[in-house]
Amino acid sequence: MELKKDLPAIFEEFAEQRKKSFLTIKKLKEEGTPVVGVFCTYLPKEIPNAMGAAVVGLCSVSDETIPDAEKDLPRNLCPLIKSSYGFAKTDKCPFFYFSDLVVGETTCDGKKKMYEMLGEFKPVHVMELPNRQSEEGYAMYRREIIRFKELLEEKFGTVITEDAIRHQIHVRNEITKELLRMQYLMANDPAPVSGLDIVNTAYGSGFNMEVEKLAGRIKEVADMIEKDYAEGKNVGKRPRILVTGSPSGGAALKVIRAIEDSGAVVVAFENCSGLKSMVLTDEENPDVYDALARRYMGIGCSCMSPNPNRLEMLDRLIDEFKVDGVVDIILQACHTYNVETALVGKLVKEKKGIPYTIVETDYSQADVGQIKTRMEAFIEML
Amino acid sequence: MITMGIDSGSAMTKAVLYDGEKIVACRMEPSGSSPGKVMRRLYEEMKTPDTCYVVATGYGRELLPEADKVITEITCHGAGAAYLYPDCEAVIDIGGQDSKVILLNDNGQVRDFLMNDKCAAGTGRFLEMTMVRVGSDIEVIDDFVKGAEPAVINSMCAVFAESEIIGLLAQETKPGDIVLGCINSICRRTAIFAQKLISGKTNVFFSGGLAQSEAIRKTLAGYLGVDEVKTHPMSQYNGAIGAAILGYQRALRKK
Repeated sequence: MELKKDLPAIFEEFAEQRKKSFLTIKKLKEEGTPVVGVFCTYLPKEIPNAMGAAVVGLCSVSDETIPDAEKDLPRNLCPLIKSSYGFAKTDKCPFFYFSDLVVGETTCDGKKKMYEMLGEFKPVHVMELPNRQSEEGYAMYRREIIRFKELLEEKFGTVITEDAIRHQIHVRNEITKELLRMQYLMANDPAPVSGLDIVNTAYGSGFNMEVEKLAGRIKEVADMIEKDYAEGKNVGKRPRILVTGSPSGGAALKVIRAIEDSGAVVVAFENCSGLKSMVLTDEENPDVYDALARRYMGIGCSCMSPNPNRLEMLDRLIDEFKVDGVVDIILQACHTYNVETALVGKLVKEKKGIPYTIVETDYSQADVGQIKTRMEAFIEML
Repeated sequence: MITMGIDSGSAMTKAVLYDGEKIVACRMEPSGSSPGKVMRRLYEEMKTPDTCYVVATGYGRELLPEADKVITEITCHGAGAAYLYPDCEAVIDIGGQDSKVILLNDNGQVRDFLMNDKCAAGTGRFLEMTMVRVGSDIEVIDDFVKGAEPAVINSMCAVFAESEIIGLLAQETKPGDIVLGCINSICRRTAIFAQKLISGKTNVFFSGGLAQSEAIRKTLAGYLGVDEVKTHPMSQYNGAIGAAILGYQRALRKK
């Protein structure tokens, strides 16, 4: 029988999920399960899951392999791209090592070009992601999803049926619903738990290979938070911060820590592994490929032009989570998110009338002191 | 009732005592390699029997355990400027390690701010280095550039700018022209940075050590497109003054 754990232990477990999955992947691989490594939230995981493959995230979030990456890549490039390439090149990432196929999408310029170089050490498939959320864009991405499905069928000698995809859409929707429910518990004022715990749980859940059981696991966490909150447990009255911007797991969590150490709480995390990609797929749509294309193309990433969905989501989240201030995290040389700060700043300051600040950073720990000063000053201002 | 504000900056540690109306004492010493010790010494030596509240600020703000409260230099510079220049709408501070632009609301509270803490070329350190390179000292910068014609400094980086300065010296460019060129460079850079927050006619208060130089104030006003930037003989104590004032407000609330 499994021992009943308390919330801090469960948060710890989710935060450690990425590391724990290294062994799971090895085991799955030995059992003959195909492993598909992916980079962005734009990839419909339902397709590889429908053929029973394990899907692992390859975006790297530490500065460990950046010096190796810089042998081939320019210094002035986004740390996520350099780190991901570096881990792949040095074979230090077990997920990359065990991947039978690596899939990228034509998202930002840096990633597109990096995938070309990645092809030298691994089989790489790049899905052509349109840059515009139009009917033509959906139709094109629908074709790309079918092409991806056919490639998997051919490479792994299998057949992926529409029923299997439909089932995975349902499974993924249930996971998304629970992740949304958990994150929306932070809309309560005072907030029930620290934002770092929620961010780590959402991020860690992406590395859980037991997809069918995952919704249930997240439900348990949400239930426990709800129960503790009903019993009066919470973080107390604090300034409420929304974080947005570039993908910000791993080393970039230093910004979240600086915010929460300064006495505020991160109630909403609009980045990749947070609320940005939490959209449901239409299960009623008889065309599974069309349903997936619309769901994934709807993600408000700055590689879309224009990118109205991000601004609409921010506008809504600021109200729903009763946000006092917005922090935009920009990874160095992430041009698309960096340029969008002008639009986001306008929305937050002028339309919503709350303070907004930008933190440009990378995966090093060199600027921890400076970030601390800025976040403390920002919170003193609220 | 007296409150103390201590600002442990990257170059200098500043401490002031405030009695609710005026600054009754002030001291400044180099922060050196043990900023905590310098803070402690100033605290011990300046503390009076009726000093009831101490606020620490600046890079070393966590190093004084006796402090009742730690507040960032952004908030303190805002409060200090609102005291030294009551009509102030924006503060530009060029410090030893960073530069910042702070917008104030009608109550003198911080409304928005920007910090440049990534690049030395926009900081006081850049000019200090230039003055050493030409064999002079930052204290006499106004006399040094009297009647000078600014040399053009192209480099965007403090380290490369130094190489450029060596090159100019080798061409026998007058040291005064080089220094004025550097002043232009740093002021232009600061104005470009500040225009993200400051637009049109704004009452700007300029703080930090460089604000004592008339040549720098005039050049900065020119690039900002305003008639003048205000400063105060005590502008280098701005952060410490703000800390003492914020401490006084807190001490009153505690009573």
